Amino acid sequence: MEKLLHSVYLDEEKCLGCTTCLRSCPTGAIRVRGGKATINESKCIDCGECIRICPHHAKLAKTDPLSKKDNYQYTVAMVAPAIIGQFKPKYSISQILSAVKALGFDEVVEVAYGAEIVGQALKYEYHAKRYPRPLISSACPAVVKLIQVRFPELTDNICRLKSPMAITARLIRKRIREEGIHKNSDVGVFFITPCAAKATMVNNPAASEYDKYDLIDGAIAIKDIYSDIARLIGKCPHQEGLHNTTPESCTWALSGGESDYLKNKNVLHVDGIQNVINVLEEIECGKLDTIEFFEGLACIGGCVGGCLTVENNYVAKMYIQDRAKTMKQTSIIHMSDEYVRSVYNSGMMHIKERILPRSPEPLDQDINRAIEKMKQIEILESKLPGLDCGSCGAPGCRALAEDIVAGKAKEIDCVFVLKDRVRDLSVLTNELLQVEHPTEKPLIKKEEI
Amino acid sequence: MSYELVFDVKRGDFDTAGEASRKIKRTLQQLGVANKVIRKVSIAGYEGEMNLAIHSSGGRIVLQVGEEELVLTIEDVGPGIANIDLAMTAGWSTAGDEVRQMGFGAGMGLPNMKNNADSFEISSKIGEGTKIVMKFFV
Repeated sequence: MEKLLHSVYLDEEKCLGCTTCLRSCPTGAIRVRGGKATINESKCIDCGECIRICPHHAKLAKTDPLSKKDNYQYTVAMVAPAIIGQFKPKYSISQILSAVKALGFDEVVEVAYGAEIVGQALKYEYHAKRYPRPLISSACPAVVKLIQVRFPELTDNICRLKSPMAITARLIRKRIREEGIHKNSDVGVFFITPCAAKATMVNNPAASEYDKYDLIDGAIAIKDIYSDIARLIGKCPHQEGLHNTTPESCTWALSGGESDYLKNKNVLHVDGIQNVINVLEEIECGKLDTIEFFEGLACIGGCVGGCLTVENNYVAKMYIQDRAKTMKQTSIIHMSDEYVRSVYNSGMMHIKERILPRSPEPLDQDINRAIEKMKQIEILESKLPGLDCGSCGAPGCRALAEDIVAGKAKEIDCVFVLKDRVRDLSVLTNELLQVEHPTEKPLIKKEEI
Repeated sequence: MSYELVFDVKRGDFDTAGEASRKIKRTLQQLGVANKVIRKVSIAGYEGEMNLAIHSSGGRIVLQVGEEELVLTIEDVGPGIANIDLAMTAGWSTAGDEVRQMGFGAGMGLPNMKNNADSFEISSKIGEGTKIVMKFFV
């Protein structure tokens, strides 16, 4: 798969250019051009809102097919914690994992295992001096990108612990390397993903947090293998003991799952991209100064609401909570405080580089010219109807005005402006028709006949 | 070249509270002002907006953007401030219980504005209103 800044893309054949997706985009990354939606790569944060809303299912996420595993001698499936919300609690977690394994993987590992480590390490990371308050969770890559694009002043607040996905991959590779049976390059590690944003992290090392020791070879959408798992579950050979997580790590797929690890702290967890934006705005203007940790997840309900899941997110939440309640194992046997401490101190859990802002380009690099353009935008906007109808292909009148000033659209892209022009033209046409031309024979008036 | 943004804020108008500071932030981003400066103006603007909604009978926020500096003026018609030194003390507030219930009235508004601005001037007349002029260097 080529390197991508984002995983959401368009199926041109299915797109009718209907403009439904325009206003669902929280960063205004979509325009309809030539009758088809186009996505601005630098603005897309992979939240999946357009995938969810498109009535023609023309918005898709680039993920890998299951068959990609055939390129490797030894394969490992890492399942996102969200997967246990996809199947009824009458099936045990081990049964779900067995069914995933039966798809042809040599091993199946829960990312919840990495989540347990990250959750516990969060208690240490919380006290690192480099963070302004509130510390902001890095769990949701769409929210991290949102902050980079829309809240550049908060990038230093983002926790620099890697995701449970990356930690799990690293520990898997480390173990296999130590076992010495398989060459690292023969091992294929695949993430079973609930969302597009995670797929981007897997497929674009430049945009990702991990290095070659955490290498993940592909991202497979939960929904692409859901029916195969459903067919195999309870019927395939069942392997006990595959499941190795705690109730807390199982709820990592729910909004607040991560915050639960920071007991006794003022935590705020918010789900749904618009809700996250609203709260980040309050944080940015200094209103929520008593919050110590902020967990924002782009999808409603958390990862269970990911656009690549199948089960309704509220139902999935119920299933996960059911399982967590009845789970007998309350701690992972070999995961002591000392173990987590040693992993944390090894440095493998930290993202090396600072997370930098990706602020949108200003109207102009020169402030005087930018001001000039801003004034033009306002004049144009005042001439537009303010209906934000989307017929021009931009998400609203303001966006159209900005596009016009940027030379990317025309005033008559607005159907109302166009209609006014046609009316003006027809008035002029009528006027011109009234003018008698010197060589023209006088028109015979009706009453003279 | 200079540019001006004007917002009118009504008393008790918590529905639209924060709108002016959001618009200010977005505009400054588009004008290419440094993120650090934007943050300061957003915080000061938000505090000012809240002050108008909580304490005044209504007022106006004006942001003037110039090449060298940004000037944020917050002017209201209202009761005025009897003792400005006291009002500038962190933690001092005349906000009522209802407003505190909403998470405001911690007495940090004016001190926060002053801390974030590069220059801060306040004048007030009892029974007439209050005017604050803040400058931020670009």
